[in-house]
Amino acid sequence: MSVLFILIAASLAIALLFLLAFIWSVKSGQYEDDYTPSVRILFDETGKSKPVNKTKSI
Amino acid sequence: MPDTIYTIVNAHSTCYHCGENCEEGSLVFDDKPFCCSGCKTVYELLGENNLNCYYDLNERPGTSQKNNYDSAKFNWLDDTESVKKLIQFNDGKVAVATFFVPTVHCSSCIYLLENIYKIQPAISKSQVNFLRKEVRITFRTDEISLRKVVELMVKLGYEPQLNLVDLEKAKTTISTQKYYLKIGVAFFCFGNIMLLSFPEYLGLNSLSEHPMHKFFGYANFLLALPVLFYSAREFFVSAFAALRQRSLNMDIPIVLGMIAMFIRSSVDIFFQQGAGYMDTLASLTLLMLVGRLFQNKTYATLSFERDYKSYFPVSVSVRQNGIEQTIPLSKLAVGNKIIVRNQELIPADAILLKGQAMIDYSFVTGESNPVPKEIGEKVYAGGRQIGSAIEMEIMKDVSHSYLTQLWNDDVFKNKEEASSAELANKMSRYFTPIVILIAIAAGVYWFPTDIHRAMNAFTAVLIITCPCALALSTPFTLGNVIRILGRHGIYLKNTFVIEKLTKIKTIIFDKTGTITNKRDLNVNYKGAALSDMELVYIASLTYHSSHPLSKKIFNYLNGIKIIQTKDFLEIHGKGIEGWIDDHHIKVGSVDFAGGTDMVDDSTASTVHINIDELYKGYYEVKNEYRAGLNELMNGLKKDYELYILSGDNDNEKQYLQELIAPDHLLFNQQPIDKLTFIKEMQNAHHQVMMIGDGLNDAGALMQSDVGIVISDDTNNFSPACDGIIDARKFERIQSLMQYSKTAMRIIKASYTISLLYNLIGIYFAVQGTMSPLVAAVLMPISSVTIISFSSLVSYLFGRRYDFQ
Repeated sequence: MSVLFILIAASLAIALLFLLAFIWSVKSGQYEDDYTPSVRILFDETGKSKPVNKTKSI
Repeated sequence: MPDTIYTIVNAHSTCYHCGENCEEGSLVFDDKPFCCSGCKTVYELLGENNLNCYYDLNERPGTSQKNNYDSAKFNWLDDTESVKKLIQFNDGKVAVATFFVPTVHCSSCIYLLENIYKIQPAISKSQVNFLRKEVRITFRTDEISLRKVVELMVKLGYEPQLNLVDLEKAKTTISTQKYYLKIGVAFFCFGNIMLLSFPEYLGLNSLSEHPMHKFFGYANFLLALPVLFYSAREFFVSAFAALRQRSLNMDIPIVLGMIAMFIRSSVDIFFQQGAGYMDTLASLTLLMLVGRLFQNKTYATLSFERDYKSYFPVSVSVRQNGIEQTIPLSKLAVGNKIIVRNQELIPADAILLKGQAMIDYSFVTGESNPVPKEIGEKVYAGGRQIGSAIEMEIMKDVSHSYLTQLWNDDVFKNKEEASSAELANKMSRYFTPIVILIAIAAGVYWFPTDIHRAMNAFTAVLIITCPCALALSTPFTLGNVIRILGRHGIYLKNTFVIEKLTKIKTIIFDKTGTITNKRDLNVNYKGAALSDMELVYIASLTYHSSHPLSKKIFNYLNGIKIIQTKDFLEIHGKGIEGWIDDHHIKVGSVDFAGGTDMVDDSTASTVHINIDELYKGYYEVKNEYRAGLNELMNGLKKDYELYILSGDNDNEKQYLQELIAPDHLLFNQQPIDKLTFIKEMQNAHHQVMMIGDGLNDAGALMQSDVGIVISDDTNNFSPACDGIIDARKFERIQSLMQYSKTAMRIIKASYTISLLYNLIGIYFAVQGTMSPLVAAVLMPISSVTIISFSSLVSYLFGRRYDFQ
């Protein structure tokens, strides 16, 4: 039965990971705009010329 | 690149870029018609940068480029102080700025604005928030200035709207973010506490001696801590605030229940007397938070908090010693000479020094026809110049100008008292003492026989009566109602407005722009035909008069040249006369012009014409009243006292008298008069609703208990108010009032249901032997009943009032 201690600890730890992931997603603003990303995903890259100097965002 | 071929396009073709009709003489480029070179330039620019996808996503997605902007318009963006306010983040190399771009309307807009880096490599990232119509741009400051970024956007047809007040709006997102976090934490704890309470639910009492049992209890205790101290914090804050003001609100019995639950459970857990109520605590907090979130409906592009500052420019161009400079508006002083360009607002009362002024006062009066001004004339703040640049000298401070002094009134200084649900608080005033009395009575009853049982009964009553369901009925009913209304062009600031609406006894309407249409003034001429020269005389004469009817006729004769008038005379209440080219022109009332015609339509004002002592005929000026005005007024008349406060003169009195009693019609009301009128009504204990439109109603809207703005374009600015109604839904005001009343009845019905649940709970609780399981089952069930009842019934009643 005492294996339950470990199992519960493990399940709590995993749940905690998901909670942290949720907190991160809220803080990074993913729930601020629930419309634009659905449009953005449909854009094709025009392909012919690679965009000049594509920079990583800061 | 294809050769540029300019040919004349056929009439009736539409611009490939913006979809406007191409007039003759328009351009064809790349086999596509363009209405102006501006649109063609954008097309070329996009072509060069491989952004033609812009046109594939939507047909004719652009904005017309015909209104060429004046490059000096953005001079103020060179002023480092102003720029600092616009930029949210700047580390010396990279800066981030967010712009509100009203022209964003389709996926092509998103595509272009997010690929703007292909055109200007110094922009490293741009992100559109479509619902908020915002673009967040990251750019390298050593390669490009903010002004260049803005100018590029303007060039592409996406002119950002720049004013400092809008930039403070970001706060609202943070508050919803906080709710998400609190709900996330509460949900996590709730789920896990439930899981750990499972043995208890299944009645596995064999475990009760096992160390596992203890372990579950401690884990539950730990999981309840973040619920109580983080997620439920705002309930405690609000309850303490109410106590400090010596009043009772709904949060007090809730907090009382929560504290009872937590202490009782902690005692149970640490002294191994039972499993405690931690699961109920968590589920209750979770549901309450969801209710709060549901109640907080916000409209991304609407703002209910604007004052004149959102209308006014950030900085102005000032001419000092012959040099033009840009200074922030706050530094503008009396005596400064300012330059106001096409489409710019006049920030303070000033005297015109140079240039041809055509001032559009639609912000102030709702009257959209521009008014010409002559050199030396006084021009009031809030007007918008149309045409070439003008120079003027400032007469008054920005905050003491004719229009803006309204905001110096106390109404705008007193921060509105914290809005709260009054019905719920009233309820709490009875509920809380009764619950505490029952709890004490139960405790006292058991005390002589069994102290332990007495404590159990006392806490159990507090726990089971924790008015979770009661507190949920308001947010879910009103939250649902506000959403249904929002889908029908009626946007309320918050749910408390609905409650205030039900108490309204008096409704006050503004006239121009509220019950009349701003556009389409109907002017008709009836009588003997007028020669072209005679039209010139009439236009020249009416040009000199500031009477609204003269202005309307002048605007109707738009485009006619004006010649000099001699001996101009305005006789108040009668008309105007003067000599032009040796002709004696008289324009005015029937008697004044010597008319004989009977006017058959009483809704129109008439202006009669007499040239050289010969009666010619009359102009009929009709104010277009909004569709359904008659029905609305007649419907509202039964339940409310109606008033009309008009800034105009009384020439439509006759028609309006048919709608409401003559002594309820007030004319020539200045903005400050409207405000005082409402104040007086309120002093006589009337609950007043003001329905207005322009900045001139701003004071009245603020002073009234409920201020509603009628708006032809909800994306436009509107003054601070409690609700915005799309002008096309004007006639739905009565349904709005009825629906609000029904909503409050629904809330009362759900109060009854939840009180019944409470009675059942109390029956178990007073016996002092209530199992935590009863609470764990009863409380969520009552909450779910209430949520489904209030949502469903408010939806059904919405259909009944035609809000489908």
